Amino acid sequence: MFERLYKALYRIRLLEEELARVYPTDKIKSPIHLSIGQEAVSVGVCEALRPDDVVFGTYRGHALYLAKGGDMKAMVAELFGKATGCARGKGGSMHLISTEAGMMGASAVVGTTIANAVGYAYALRHQEKDSLVVAFFGDGASEEGVFAESLNFAALKQLPMLFVCENNGYAIHTPQERRQGRPDICARARAYGIPAERIEHNDVLYLFERARTMSAEIRAGGGPRFLEVMTYRWREHVGPNNDFRLGYRSEDEAAPWIDIDQVTRLESILAPERREQIQEEVEAEVEAALAFAEESPEPEPAELYTDVY
Amino acid sequence: MPQSVSTAVLQRPSRGTNGERSLSYVDAVREATDQEMTRDPSVLVFGLDVDDPKAIQGTTRRLLEKYGPRRVFGTPLSEDAMTGAAIGMALAGLRPIHVHIRMDFLMLAMNQLVNVAAKSRYMYGGKVSLPLVVRSMIGKSWGQGAQHSQGLYSFFMHVPGLKVVAPTTPYDAKGCLIAAIRDDNPVLYVEHRILHFQNGPVPASAYTVEPGRARITAEGQDVTLVGISQMQSDCLRARLYLEEVGIQAEVIDPIWLSPLDIDTISQSVEKTGRLLVVDNGWVCCGAAAEIATQVMERLQGHRPFRMRRMGFAPVTCPTAPNLEKLYYPDSRTIAAAARDLVEETKTGWMPCERPELQSFIFKGPF
Repeated sequence: MFERLYKALYRIRLLEEELARVYPTDKIKSPIHLSIGQEAVSVGVCEALRPDDVVFGTYRGHALYLAKGGDMKAMVAELFGKATGCARGKGGSMHLISTEAGMMGASAVVGTTIANAVGYAYALRHQEKDSLVVAFFGDGASEEGVFAESLNFAALKQLPMLFVCENNGYAIHTPQERRQGRPDICARARAYGIPAERIEHNDVLYLFERARTMSAEIRAGGGPRFLEVMTYRWREHVGPNNDFRLGYRSEDEAAPWIDIDQVTRLESILAPERREQIQEEVEAEVEAALAFAEESPEPEPAELYTDVY
Repeated sequence: MPQSVSTAVLQRPSRGTNGERSLSYVDAVREATDQEMTRDPSVLVFGLDVDDPKAIQGTTRRLLEKYGPRRVFGTPLSEDAMTGAAIGMALAGLRPIHVHIRMDFLMLAMNQLVNVAAKSRYMYGGKVSLPLVVRSMIGKSWGQGAQHSQGLYSFFMHVPGLKVVAPTTPYDAKGCLIAAIRDDNPVLYVEHRILHFQNGPVPASAYTVEPGRARITAEGQDVTLVGISQMQSDCLRARLYLEEVGIQAEVIDPIWLSPLDIDTISQSVEKTGRLLVVDNGWVCCGAAAEIATQVMERLQGHRPFRMRRMGFAPVTCPTAPNLEKLYYPDSRTIAAAARDLVEETKTGWMPCERPELQSFIFKGPF
């Protein structure tokens, strides 16, 4: 299990570091909202899911797409604006999808996909399937009306859903305490009758355990569950760099999160030879994905008009 | 129940009927939904009050009893999330019908409709389809006022990825709804409260009125009247007033506003040389502007023509009956505008009101 979790985390970390490295070359034709520092949230939850479970995410969606099993080559090609991209070069970094892996979409409008996830969960139950749906969203989304409306409907219909609030403390550059009268997001979920739990310190192992338990409860017909995971974004809101020079947050604030980096944590648990083996596999995969994206053709001009309907 | 339509003008023949059975618009909508729900278990109907005793003016009556609460359910007052949920259902392979008792309420659902429903197929590279029907109703008269009266379909015509239909007869109400349910794209299905009271021939079997086809509802050679939604009825009445002064108007019902059948309208204007588009909304940036511009683009340089748009007064809909009457075009003001267009002058003519051509009067309470 440690190996699986480590590999999943390291795939995301290494790919995103590589994306940040090549970003100045302008090969990536898309804004990128990097998950570096936050990988544990997607990985901890998705490792507890089944392939037929479904997730919806956000514009900061690289980690979720990869953690749920989305194809890395198709993702990088999408960022490069290539015809082989997961959305044929029409969605970009903010709208990753993999219907095969159960990553059913991501929105650039905060909170939007929470409701889509709720509807998908309604459909799964209507179709008498025992899969479940996970909605991933940020702390900012908890301020949107759609958040409250979605919790209410999920609770009302006791839908097979897990809500995962990825709380990195900031909506772009504005901290949570300057946006929320009572920054206790779990309390809001409980107000709708949904059992809710907060996971501190970006802890991938504990998150995985809790997600596994909650998934089983949901699948057993227990209705929706809610997880708030405290995490931290290391890089700027959008783009490949650090942003401490902006002054809205300090390196001192980031330091404890970097100290408890989950990639390093799991790395230290693994036997060195296994770790190196995994690293080599991932490095080869990342290299191949970037090469694939680079070599892939652009969409044909006629594609401008396809798939409107 | 208010009295039925006061005129036989609206009882115009519909094509493709196989029998003379007459249904109300409400029953046509109900029958279309019922037949599709029987045919396809993935069809669901939900929205505020679809399962209450009034059943959305009767359009969802007895569906709950027949199909059960999983397929027919009233929702919380959450237009935004319920639209998002409808999208999620469609992504999962269901064919939801989301019902709003007023079109004004769709403003609460704009993010999901415009940013997600319209775009999913394109921005996900064709990986998903989104079969979704959003029914809504435009209100009119008896003090519907500012927020129960708006015809906002042009908002949706603006957005690629959405289809928009505003059927005006029971025949088209049934055929368009079945077409919308079977369509793999999001369709805004726009009803009008006044049209609900109409009766007309409706075949008992299921049939579709396909997207992108307008209908010539009355032939003529002097002027083309395009009437959208309830204004279609007023255009047909205006045609009778125009006959008094020897003007033969051709009346066209676009039915589908997106995709729009501009061929049929252009061909008519090519014949008549005059176009009057009467919108069931405001004129500025409205459906009438789009229709007139597209006709212009087709005909300019080879067929000169004169045109005019009519629609709601550029104000918020008032509730005082005398002001409300001034707010809307009606059959007489339409006839007057059409005559001026034909005679290329301000004639000052206004037809004397004929009782048999009065619009249907809706009287409360609801």
